[in-house]
Amino acid sequence: MRSKIVPILLALIVMSAVLGIAVLMLLLLGQDWADALFWVLAAVMIGAGLLVVTMRDIIRCGLAMIVCFLALAGIYVLMGAPLLGAAQVIVYIGAISVLILFAIMLTQTKDAPSRLVFQTQAVPAAIAAVVVAVLIALAVAATDWGELPQRVRLATSAMSKVLFDRFTFPFEIVSVLLLAAVIGGVFLAKREPGGPS
Amino acid sequence: MSDNLDAYLILSGILFAIGTFGFLGRRNAISMLMSIELMLNAVNLAIVAFAAFGRAVDAQAQGSVIALMVMAVAAAEATVGLAIVIAIYRNKKTPLVDEYDAMSQ
Repeated sequence: MRSKIVPILLALIVMSAVLGIAVLMLLLLGQDWADALFWVLAAVMIGAGLLVVTMRDIIRCGLAMIVCFLALAGIYVLMGAPLLGAAQVIVYIGAISVLILFAIMLTQTKDAPSRLVFQTQAVPAAIAAVVVAVLIALAVAATDWGELPQRVRLATSAMSKVLFDRFTFPFEIVSVLLLAAVIGGVFLAKREPGGPS
Repeated sequence: MSDNLDAYLILSGILFAIGTFGFLGRRNAISMLMSIELMLNAVNLAIVAFAAFGRAVDAQAQGSVIALMVMAVAAAEATVGLAIVIAIYRNKKTPLVDEYDAMSQ
């Protein structure tokens, strides 16, 4: 009982800390709602992403991935592309996460979580990841984007006009690609009759 | 901050780096696939950020359409990748990639 309460308390503390920082920024520092939302969503996304790659139990990694994608959908909405946020929720949370959770349950072995989670090359991998992050940040900071226009919310009608006017051919190609992926997935994952079960 | 292109791009870079670490460091094949999904999402975030700060309304719409296409391709990639992992698991009885030394039995 006690071991179940501790993670819930931890999650509540983290959530209240994030919300408290947001309220603090909103009230004391005089920033607007969009900034506070951006910080909260970014913190949730990065935190959940770190949990995805560091947690020992892989089912929890999958659940943290759902949180990460949900925060990313919020960021899309914040950027003025609500249709993309909806597509993110439907495609990633509704389809890909469920697929990954199913695959985890199909491939889970009893001794897998207790054994070593990381490769022996985890420390060089961490160094490489930090180098990648620093390089991207430096490149972004060093680039002058010129005069950026004021953002407007992207109308879904404008987007659909572009999708079915100029991008009709890629749209059809994507449908063929999805069909090929479905057939390939069924072919690869099906058991061969008489083969090893 | 939320009106700043740099903030979104750096956020995307951090998420991409987290995915890189997961892909290189984890032992479980499905963890590696999840890290690939994280990297794909980071790139998608960069595409949407560039589109949202585009100069013309038409450019914004085009960027969003490209992001939608990336989502569809990611769904196809996840399907085939997980099917391959399950097929290998059936042969090797383990999801750990460092024990995959041959593709056949």
